[in-house]
Amino acid sequence: MLFHPSIIALLLASALSSLALVGSALFAVTLLRHWNLSSGSERQIVLEQRTYLVTTVLKLALIFEAGSLLLFVFNADKMAKLFVGAMCAVGTLNVNPYGFPALILKIAVFFLSAAWLMLHHIDSQGYDYPLIRVKYAALLFLAPVALVSAFVQLTYFLDLKADVLTSCCSTLFGGSTVVTTNNMGFAPEAWSLGGLALVLAATGLVGLWHLKRGRGGLAYALLSLSVLVVALIAIVSAISVYVYEQPHHHCPFCMLKQEYGYVGYALYLPLFLGTATGIGAGLASFAGRWPSLSLASPALSKRFAYVSLLSFLVFAGAAVGLIMKSHLILFEGFA
Amino acid sequence: MIELSEVRKAYNQGKPNEFWALRGIDLRLSLKAVTVFMGPSGSGKTTLLTMIGGLARPTSGRVRLMERDISSLPEKFLTDIRRRTFGFVFQSFNLLKGMTALENVMIPAYPLGLPHEALRKRALEMLDLLGMAAKAESKAEWLSGGEAQRVAIARALINDPDVIIADEPTANLDGQLAEQFLEIMAELKARGKTLLMTSHDPRIRKAAVVDGIVWMQDGQIASSD
Amino acid sequence: MKIYLRRQLNLLEFTLSSLLRRKGKNLALLVVFSAIVFMLASALLYSHALRREAAILLKDAPELVIQKMVGGRHDLLPQANLAKLAEVRGITQIHGRLWGYLFDPIAAANYTVMVPQTNPPEPGFAIIGEGISGARGAEPGDQLSFKSHDGGLLTFRVAQVIAYESALATSDLFLVNEDDYRRLYGIAPGLFTDAVAKVRNPREVGKAAEKIAELLPDSRIVLRDEILRTYESVFDWREGLLLVLLTGAVLAFAIFAWEKASGLSAEERREIGILKAVGWETGDILLMKMWEGGVMSLSAFLIGYLLAYLHVFYLGAPLFEPVLKGWATMYPAFRPTPFIDGFQVATLLILTVLPYLAATVVPIWRAAIIDPDQVMR
Repeated sequence: MLFHPSIIALLLASALSSLALVGSALFAVTLLRHWNLSSGSERQIVLEQRTYLVTTVLKLALIFEAGSLLLFVFNADKMAKLFVGAMCAVGTLNVNPYGFPALILKIAVFFLSAAWLMLHHIDSQGYDYPLIRVKYAALLFLAPVALVSAFVQLTYFLDLKADVLTSCCSTLFGGSTVVTTNNMGFAPEAWSLGGLALVLAATGLVGLWHLKRGRGGLAYALLSLSVLVVALIAIVSAISVYVYEQPHHHCPFCMLKQEYGYVGYALYLPLFLGTATGIGAGLASFAGRWPSLSLASPALSKRFAYVSLLSFLVFAGAAVGLIMKSHLILFEGFA
Repeated sequence: MIELSEVRKAYNQGKPNEFWALRGIDLRLSLKAVTVFMGPSGSGKTTLLTMIGGLARPTSGRVRLMERDISSLPEKFLTDIRRRTFGFVFQSFNLLKGMTALENVMIPAYPLGLPHEALRKRALEMLDLLGMAAKAESKAEWLSGGEAQRVAIARALINDPDVIIADEPTANLDGQLAEQFLEIMAELKARGKTLLMTSHDPRIRKAAVVDGIVWMQDGQIASSD
Repeated sequence: MKIYLRRQLNLLEFTLSSLLRRKGKNLALLVVFSAIVFMLASALLYSHALRREAAILLKDAPELVIQKMVGGRHDLLPQANLAKLAEVRGITQIHGRLWGYLFDPIAAANYTVMVPQTNPPEPGFAIIGEGISGARGAEPGDQLSFKSHDGGLLTFRVAQVIAYESALATSDLFLVNEDDYRRLYGIAPGLFTDAVAKVRNPREVGKAAEKIAELLPDSRIVLRDEILRTYESVFDWREGLLLVLLTGAVLAFAIFAWEKASGLSAEERREIGILKAVGWETGDILLMKMWEGGVMSLSAFLIGYLLAYLHVFYLGAPLFEPVLKGWATMYPAFRPTPFIDGFQVATLLILTVLPYLAATVVPIWRAAIIDPDQVMR
């Protein structure tokens, strides 16, 4: 265990949001059993009042989940100094087997809670809260994921031990300098960039169709998710190389740093926003089947899709811009 | 048309001090008229007004407002209907201390998301309507009883509601101010507003502006005319 | 969207005016909240500054330090070993160092005695750190006497006092000539305290170290990166320890905030009842209260952080110095270079604002669900 302020902050944030989610999940069980909007009984009124607490707490939890996702990455980067051979965040995350799972789970929790809040937003447009059971059932799924995420993160931090000088035994302590960042480029550049362009184009077309005709919302949500996956692969295997202008530097995190002009934000923020709102578009169009949402949800779905498309456009623009600006040429005739 | 059927309301339901304030109310109220609810203390007239005005949901039974059932709406939607349909004038006026008359009038409109300037202008108009424009910048606690009530009425009118609900409006006013209040009511009725109020006051019962009186007893309607 | 934003603005305006209406109560909270931010921020800023300073210090340090070991203990390194080391491929520069500690009974402090590689003082002269100068009241030209290894008295004339710009490590520094050094400690010519080596290519440091270990099995090799790492984690650890100590304060603050938020006066309860009766919804009240919390946290954060910034960078952090800087009796006058680190600000935000929000969310909600019909009862 390392006694680092940021680690303490991260653990605090995850402990509190786990607490919030567990409490909400317990409440969800009660709500699923007793919710009855047509009743004016005191129990129903109390249930309704509690939903305000749950959604407020979950909104706060999402904000702090998003913040702690960033902090987690930065913290990993800062800690690189403490480990032999770790050059940046990738090395730190590889120090023990829990690093990358912790990161992936944090990302998953972020998207799940964003999806939940969008579902809540959609639901609260309907005068009879038609999705309320779906929403709280979903919470029963979200809470365990968040708990596992908090637990894996805790395990990761507990298992960290800095390679530190101990004056008794170190004849040669940090002798071998192993560079751990090289094994990240697992897909050929051309393939991953081509794939990304293809998925983005498909997403754009389906999105425009959805905006025009109001159909294909679910397809759009699925495509948004695939954009996330393909884009992350492309960032690691190709875009990073252009950013750093070094053929073997594949780190997806370093570009968030000052040395590279914070360009990573121009990629990740629109990418994450686009995926999240893309999921929202799917949820909203799914919600259209309930009569009380039949007016509000198509409009919401289009609005989500619109934000999502714009975000992906910004992402694509940023990616192309970075590749064009780069002095590195990987393929003849490409740049 | 406001329609209540089988409306019952319990407080502290399921506890030893459970109390049924309303025990089955069936009532139809016509719009653009002045109706007064009378009866002894504890007869349930105020509770009835809170049910009609959507301040609380009935424990059972239905409240229909222009053919729409509002008794099973979640708070969010009920409040939205309430603030567009009803304006409330309370017995003790309930102005916020430390704020000016103008700010008090603006309060109900804050959540509607009007631009701030438009809101201010509208509040001034309302104060002007009630002859209170000169006191717009006075703090609420400096106003006399009659002035405070006018500010409270202006506040009730800011969202241009169809129905004004007043709880014992003349209880804290002397004879002359009560007369003025009735004049304001007549003016509002002439503008097409529906007025519902509770009262003990014989001055109100005898007033010409009143169209109907509902007598209440033990959470039930005793008679209406 | 427009309506949504305007609604937020309207509620914010209402929030600000009601905050101002209750100045007394809110001021107390603001003061306590700012004080918490101040303490945490001071601790973080100061230890971070120390760490930066150490890193700067070590940036130009040699990559390798080689010590001779006898019986598991550090021993003097003979000249012959230096010659062997010079042959290792990849090593560009190697030289023996002479240094040691000297206890001065008058100042009751340990000095670090060193023979500088370049521009050593004349025989009989010494260059001293400003800590020593302060403790002994010694100015250039003054004389300082010490007992040498054999009990004889050795007198140095101060040639120069090193100013504080050269930072942390120079405060207790006592630089002398090689001959004076050997006389002071009785170390024969041809023996050194240890040796330092520069390596041409940073990637070859590990390889070079391995070769040295083969060549001179009785030596201990310390890598600069290892020292950096050790510093890093020692400071981390101290910082963390201080934070844990401050946890008590944060907890107390959270309880205070919770009490403030839940101990609504009858007047406030009445106000919320009125707001709800005239058309505000539970969500509106929650939003208003959230704005209130946001305004409070942000102001407290800015005030506390600003004060901490002044405390650390302009006053030298008098409150935390002893805890964070360590065991030395002779503190350098340490004026760290001011900086603001986004990462650290984020950490601080989570450590201060999160407990506040967590402590107040339930009381706020309780206030927001006050029944609107209570004003009619």
